[in-house]
This record gives sequence, structure tokens and C-alpha cells, in this order.
Amino acid sequence: MQRATDPRASAGIVALAAIALLIGGAFAGLLFEGAHDLSGAWAAFDPYLLRVIRFTLWQAALSTLLSVGPALFVARALSRHPRFFGRAFILQLFAVPLALPAIVAALGILALYGRAGYFAGVLAVIGGGSWPGIYGLSGILVAHVFFNLPLATRLFLEALQTIPSDQWRLASQLGMAARPAFRLIEWPTLRAALPGVAGLVFMLCITSFTIVLILGGGPAATTLEVGIYQALRFDFDPARAVTLTLLQIALTFIVVLALTRLGANVVGDTNLPVAQRRYLSVNGAETWLNALLIVLALLFVVGPMAATVMAGLGADLGRLAGEATVRQATLTSAALAFLSALLSVMLSLALTMARRALALNCRAGAKTLLEHATDTGAGFVLVVPPIVVGAGWFLLLRHVGDVFAIAPVMVVTVNAVMAMPFALRAVRPAYDAASERHERLCAQLGIAGWNRLMLVDWPSLRRPLATAFAFAMALSLGDLGVIALFGSDSVQTLPYLLLARMGSYRTEDAAGLALLLGLVCLALIVAAHWLGRERVGDA
Amino acid sequence: MRTLLYALVSATVVALSGPALAKDKLTVYTYESFTADWGPGPVVKKEFEAECGCDVEFVSVADGVALLNRVRLEGASTKADIVLGLDTNLTADAKASGLFAPHGAVTDVNVPGGWSDDTFVPFDYGYFAVVYDTQKLKNPPKSLKELVEGSADHKIVIQDPRTSTPGLGLLLWVKSVYGDKAPEAWAKLKAKVLTVTPGWSEAYGLFTKGEAPMVLSYTTSPAYHMVAENTERYQAASFEEGEYLQIEVAGITTTGAKNPLAAKFMAFMTGPKFQDAIPETNWMFPAGKTDKPLNPAFDKLVKPTKTLLFSPQEVAANRKAWVDEWLAVMSK
Repeated sequence: MQRATDPRASAGIVALAAIALLIGGAFAGLLFEGAHDLSGAWAAFDPYLLRVIRFTLWQAALSTLLSVGPALFVARALSRHPRFFGRAFILQLFAVPLALPAIVAALGILALYGRAGYFAGVLAVIGGGSWPGIYGLSGILVAHVFFNLPLATRLFLEALQTIPSDQWRLASQLGMAARPAFRLIEWPTLRAALPGVAGLVFMLCITSFTIVLILGGGPAATTLEVGIYQALRFDFDPARAVTLTLLQIALTFIVVLALTRLGANVVGDTNLPVAQRRYLSVNGAETWLNALLIVLALLFVVGPMAATVMAGLGADLGRLAGEATVRQATLTSAALAFLSALLSVMLSLALTMARRALALNCRAGAKTLLEHATDTGAGFVLVVPPIVVGAGWFLLLRHVGDVFAIAPVMVVTVNAVMAMPFALRAVRPAYDAASERHERLCAQLGIAGWNRLMLVDWPSLRRPLATAFAFAMALSLGDLGVIALFGSDSVQTLPYLLLARMGSYRTEDAAGLALLLGLVCLALIVAAHWLGRERVGDA
Repeated sequence: MRTLLYALVSATVVALSGPALAKDKLTVYTYESFTADWGPGPVVKKEFEAECGCDVEFVSVADGVALLNRVRLEGASTKADIVLGLDTNLTADAKASGLFAPHGAVTDVNVPGGWSDDTFVPFDYGYFAVVYDTQKLKNPPKSLKELVEGSADHKIVIQDPRTSTPGLGLLLWVKSVYGDKAPEAWAKLKAKVLTVTPGWSEAYGLFTKGEAPMVLSYTTSPAYHMVAENTERYQAASFEEGEYLQIEVAGITTTGAKNPLAAKFMAFMTGPKFQDAIPETNWMFPAGKTDKPLNPAFDKLVKPTKTLLFSPQEVAANRKAWVDEWLAVMSK
């Protein structure tokens, strides 16, 4: 049991404690305020609630299915063709939707499939009569797939890339065709990643709010998140907000638990890879099929983004770029996103290492509570709405000091923690695979701690860490929820500016800012990938 | 540590410098679009600072509702001297908080239906209206009844009364016209509703993108398009039953009651230097005397034949029941 003092486990405990403090503090703040009036907690359980729960779960389940299912195949297609022109750019584009504020994405999607969209004419001919737009469940699903298909694809691809190249060499030597290769090599890896990715997408969809209201067509399409937002922002009823949040966590917990049944544990390869590159032989028919898959996914994702760009080009970009407030907001956004992403990646790496260390420690026995906490537990921060965290901490801190000064710290911390589930999914497969290969060697040579991280783990973590960083940054760039109560004078970010312009008739300016936000996001992602790029010869 | 030190030092300074010198600063809590570069905030700050020889500090939060919550959370220790940007749907709750002090005697206000309130003073007002796109809709509805019973082909985007002020405005509008028959009216109107957005921005965005020919907005919306964009494409429909009124108000907090600048600001607020800025920055009607005539675009706007408004007490007492009633019909 001397392994228990593995520094990696301690790092994980510190990371967990930080998350627990952030979420626990928020709940404490709300409960303390709400304790004197608990009537709201009971009032939350009205007859309408049951319908809301049903719709919330239904739309989230469908969205998950429609995002994750196709993503499996798109990811596989991309992994079958590791080098083609534009591949890296496609993957970078796939991180951009996360950075778009919901209203921008909704307008982008409606520019294609709305009543006045580019495709309205064609769709009207197909459907006969005038095109009613995609309002309702279909609109919600299209938007959720737009956000989550690229995300799931990236994460599955990350998992596929951990397949040791020796396995591909062997498959090639055995003359394995695509079908058995999928069944024997790719599917087990994908299946291992499936519960995590599906769980993540599910959490993102269950907490959807703006998209559901805009595209849902009416209050029949309402999620629990709407209730939480209403309870905090409008009725200021902390007890009800906490009740609904706990309900949301409980529902997600049940679903995520069910999802783990889909998964499988893969036994990694304990040998150091011998093969220098992947031996893939893809025949002509499959190449065409893969190309079709990739192009379809790309069109689906790029369509709304292109519409956003088109709308943005209509704005007076020169004047916007010249405005001091815009430049200041761009800098603020980039700085906050960078810091959040850094913190997020560090926390995620600590958790990943701790989980691995714990798993090695008691491989034979049942998982400990701590291991569960480092594994799936951290993911649940996603279903705690940022407005709840922000409001809770506001309540705690308002008597302590100047809450406006604390706002930027809150934004960075909350965004970092919110981005962790993404970063974890990106880092974990690579870390576990590397650990499987290097664990014994490190134990024999007595390499541990910092030296091990830099010498042994870093080379195989570079790329996944860059992916994690890019996702975390994109997510933080688009966020607005935390500062709802703090007031935003001290943190004027690009999305904030965008909504402010939209809220005062300046629709064109808002479109221009959406374009700018997308470009900033893409630039940061490209930079992250460039920093994390593999050196020539790496497989 | 630094904030603690700061608090100690400033407390000492306040204690030592005595009441005459302690307050040469006025803190105004307001909503974000008021303090935006293009909002009334910058002009108001400049003019009042020149007049009082003091510092004005604006603190802004998302909207009127967030404003009230913010002050309620801070309680009696709030730094706000003035809270500017609540509307009459919020004033009953605001008064109940006990955090506001009487304004003294500000009588120079002019809003439809007159004004008598010892705590809050109006600074502007506007009417909710159905704004339509003249290129898409040749025959706009002439009454709320026509809108409710009209063809389902002509869609309207509205806002959710649970999360939006105009959304609540439409709810109250329908209620004031239809009374107990409001659920039946909503059941008919539902077929014309394209979607229900969380806020005004999203709804207006969908409208200007051409998704729907009508949107719930203000009678003053066309003025923005005429003045800033030089187009008469978007117009407000005039309804026979009248339009629902929104009055925006400011009040002095219990903190502000100790600051002589607060009362000065309230008098300034209803004067021409403040009021001149309102029409073309906040796109609302001034609630006090102006020096400059209104931009001619404002003369072209719909003039309500009748002004509809529930009292703050009626709204506070019935809001939840009415929203639930709306929800029951709309979520079927």
C-alpha cells in the first residue's frame, strides 16, 4: 500500500478539493440565504415540473443520440485518413461552435433552415406549401447536434489515436479488411470512450437554455435550466434554485450511470511501440464513403458558421475594429479564456493522474469512492449552472469585499471548472495509454514526480493537452452566465459586448462581433495546436 | 487582506473628514444599456458632474430585474445612492424591501396618466407595441383582437414573461384587454406565435433577420430605424384597444438619503439636461421637461388612443397567477 502516497493521487485530491470548494461554496451561499424561506423549495414541485422534466430528458436523450451516433463514424473516417489536405483545419474548426454564444449559433442555423433561411425555398418545394421553419423539437435537435457532433467527433478521434501503431501493423500484416479491423481494433476503443463522451454531450444538452427557448417554439419546450435561471434571476428564490439544481444533478446521475453500462474497459498495450507509423490500407470504396461522411459532417457544421461569417461581413468591421471598447473586450476575452484554459488543463491533468494512480493501486479490488470522484464525479460540475455558482459566491462574498473586483476571478475559476469535463475526456485516453506503457519502466528506474511528467509523460500528452486547451478556451470565450449577478463593468468580454449591441438595435454590430469572436477563437485554437504539434516521426 | 485594509482606511477617512467632505461622490446603480457608450449614461454623467462638482459612479447590471435583486442582496449596506431603471412592475417589490427612502418633492414629471408616488420618480416611458416589417406585411392588424384572431400565416415573435420585461408587458396588455378571457385569447394567439424567446434581443434579432413579420417591441422602435438607419421599413401597428405603458423610474436608497447629492440628482433627472439625452439614446419618451424639440421621427410614431396600465400593487399581487395561467395555455 505504499503506492498510496503517490504524489499523483495528492495532486488529484487538491484538484478535487478545489472543485468541491467552488461548488460547495456556491451551494452554501444559496442555502444560507434561502434557509429563512424554504417555501420556494416546495413550490418548485408544481404539476408543470413533471412535464418540464419529461421534455428536458427527452430532448437531451435524442440530442445525445443524434450527436454521438454519427460522430462515431465521422471520427473513424477521420482516423482512417490521418493525412489529407485540410484535415488539421477541419479539426480546429470543430472546436469553434463551442465558443459561439447560443444566440449567434441559433441565428446561424436559422439563416439556413429558418423561415427566411437560404434553404427555405428548396424546403418549401420539397414539403409543399410554405416552409414553417425548424421551430420545435427539430430546431433544438439541429442546434444541439451542431454544437455536439464536432465535439464528440474530436473526442472519439482522440481515443482512436491512442490505439498503438503495433496493432495497426499487425492488422496490416494479417491482411485485415475494414470490417474486422473496426470490430477488433477500433470498436473496443470507441466503446471505452462512449460512456464518457455520451455523458458529456448529455450534460451539455440537459442544461441547454437559450437554444431551447429560441428554437423550441414556445414554453412547451422548457428545460429545468430555464426554471433555475428564472428562480435566480427573476424571482430571486435561492431555495427553489438549489432544489431544481439538485434535481438536475440527480437526473443526470441516473442517466450517466446507465450510460456506463454501454462502456467497456480496454486493456492497454504494455509494450513500447515499435512501429513508427500506422499501417493503414484503405480501399477505394471505403475512401469514397469516408470522404462522403467527412464532407457531410463538415457541411453541417460549417454551414451555420459560414452564415455567421456572411452576416458579419455585412457589418462595418473597420469601425468596429477601431473602437477602443471592442479592442479592450477582445483582449479581456482572450486573457480570461487563456487563464481559464490553463487552470482547467492543470486541474484535469491532476485528476487524470490521480485516477490512474488510484486505479493502479487497487486494480484487483472494487473502485474506491475517491476513484469514482476523480473519474466521473468531476463531470457533474457541468450540470451546475454557472449562474448558480456565480450567485452563490456573490452571496458569500458580498459582505467580505468589493464583489466587482472578484468578478474576473470568478469568471476564470468557474469557466476553468466548467471546461474540465471536456479537458478530462481529451487527456485521459492518452494519459492512460501512456501510463500503461511506461508505468513499469518508471517504477524500475525510479522516475517519479516532476521528472516523470516532463521526461516520460509530456511527449505523449502534448497533443491531447493542446486539444483540451483549445476546447477549454473555446468554452470560456463564449460564456456569460457567471457574471449575471456580479455585474459586468469590470469584465466586458466580447460576448457581453455582442449581446449589449444586440440589446440596443445594433444587430449589424452584433453580427460583426460574432465574426470577430469566431476569428479570435479560431486563432487561439490554431495557436494551441501549433504549440502542441507532434514532432516529425511521432506516430 | 488588501480589501480589508482598504475598508479600514476608507472608514477612517470617512470618520475623520466629517459629513461635509465625506460625500462628494454619487453612486448610481442602473442597467447596462443605460451606461453603454451609446446610452444616456455618458452624457448624464458629464452634465451632472459639471453641475454638482462631484463624481458620479455608475454601477451596471443586466436589467431592471437584476438591478432590484442586486440591491436587495446588498441590503442596507448597499453602496447605491440612487437606483435608476426599475419599472412600475417592480416598484411594489422594491418598496416592500424597505431599502428606499422618500424622494422629497419632485413634481416636475409628465407621464401619461399622471404620477403620484412618494418613493419613485419616472425618468422616461414608452409603450409596448407590435412592430411589423412593411415589406412583408401590407395589412398589419389594427387591434389586439385582429392579431389574436388573424391568419396563422402571419407569425409574431414574443418574449417569455418569466424571463423578460416586454414578455411580461404583453401578458399584462392581453390581461388588461381580455380580463378573465385572457386564456382563451392566448389559446388563439398561440397559433400565430413563431417562438417565445428569453429576452427582447433574441426576438428582435429573429425579426430583423426576416424570420417573422411581427415582433413585440416598443412604439419607439421605428424611431431608431428612422434616425440611425434612415429607413421607414419597420413600423409599429396601432391597436384600437390602446397600448400598454411602461414607465421607468429611479429612487433614492436609504444609503442615498444621507447623501445630499442624491436629492440633487433626482431634481436634475427630471430637468432638461438629463431629459434631452433620453429620446435618442434610450429610445424612450422623456418624462420631464426638455430644451430641445424631439427629433421629427418621434412625431411619426404611433400615438396610443388609450393608455393601459395596471397599478404596481395589482401586478405584484397577480403576477405569479397570471404567468401560470399563460404557461398552462401556451405549453399545451
